[in-house]
Amino acid sequence: MTTSTLPSLVICEHCDSVYHRAPLTRGQRARCALCGASLYRHSRASPETILALSIASAIVFLIANVYPVVEISLQGMANGATLWQAVLAMASGEAAPIAVPVALCVIIVPGLQIGLLGWISAYATAGRPAPGGIGIMRFLALLRPWSMIEVCVVGILVSIIKLWSLAHVSPGEGMWAVGALMVLLPLIAGRDLRVLWETFDARPSEPSSAP
Amino acid sequence: MGLARCHVCGMSCESDGTDASARRCGRCGAPLHGVRGDRMGASWALLLAALICYVPANVMPVMYTQLLGRGSENTILQGVAEFWRSGSYGIALVIFVASVAVPCTKFMSLGLLLIGAQYKTPWKRRERAVLYRLVEVVGYWSMLDVLVVAVVAALVKFRALGDVEPRVGILFFGAVVILTMLSAMQFDPRLTWCGDDR
Ligand SMILES: [Zn+2]
Ligand SMILES: [Zn+2]
Repeated sequence: MTTSTLPSLVICEHCDSVYHRAPLTRGQRARCALCGASLYRHSRASPETILALSIASAIVFLIANVYPVVEISLQGMANGATLWQAVLAMASGEAAPIAVPVALCVIIVPGLQIGLLGWISAYATAGRPAPGGIGIMRFLALLRPWSMIEVCVVGILVSIIKLWSLAHVSPGEGMWAVGALMVLLPLIAGRDLRVLWETFDARPSEPSSAP
Repeated sequence: MGLARCHVCGMSCESDGTDASARRCGRCGAPLHGVRGDRMGASWALLLAALICYVPANVMPVMYTQLLGRGSENTILQGVAEFWRSGSYGIALVIFVASVAVPCTKFMSLGLLLIGAQYKTPWKRRERAVLYRLVEVVGYWSMLDVLVVAVVAALVKFRALGDVEPRVGILFFGAVVILTMLSAMQFDPRLTWCGDDR
């Protein structure tokens, strides 16, 4: 049996309607006429842009992990909390297992997304499919729903307000980095990774083996 | 007939074989599926498990706070009430939406989508499709409460002067968020369009 790919067609993810892919202009988005779901957007990002944004994200991600995101002082005593300390604070006591999803959602998954997208886009920039690329792309699709940097930013802000009346609290250096990551990450790790998938199309079509 | 969208890479694939189980995406090799009606049981089970976890998540304390020797345990709703009393209406609203409104809306939406899919009803298909996308977009914001407890617990570590520790309620609350997300992932949105009057 053979499976042929039809890049000129788009099938709606949410209702299986089939469309011919039409070229879009800047800022346009194609929607499904039946169910209203977004089909695809005009893609601005080239592999070079994705690579540059991945590098920027990686730097910001490192800062976010090293510096405290919030600082507090209470009666002359000062303390700061990094993302890792927030995870560790959950890891003790009766609710300890919750530390695992917290670490995944705010540190491990975003970190993996940045590293893997950097790897794929570096090869894509050179016009080659990355080694292990298809497996990595499938893994990235699996990771996407579990990346929660934006929730983390709001969580830090709510924490600051929560402690406002008790002590002097202020955002730390890490907070600005997490905020920057909230803007950068959706640009590269969004739903539509078509530009990167296309690097795996470019190969001359190898004859599929029929049974 | 043999036309299908790859759920991983989005490529449109056409296969000429009749053996449906052996169909794979021509680009990434992921198996190609028709509408996954067989996952509805799993979706129901995860939704039910989330609903069960939601009870201890609200009844049991999520946080222990000790300030200058006076200790107290707080549930999620007590935390919301505290913000409201102190005049931080905006924050009270944000936490209420993330910890009560979003999970409850998710329970009802997923239940509605599953029932609709089970009966293959043509009733308000477009609205149900919008509802599914809403559940997908809004769902993970419930993790907010868990992250607030984590940051506050990491920050307030002043021994006798002040201390905050997570309590078991937050574990159940985290489980609700994860289980509802998994339930939504098991639900195939194309089920909404199955049945008559297409
Ligand atoms: Zn559609
Ligand atoms: Zn594929």
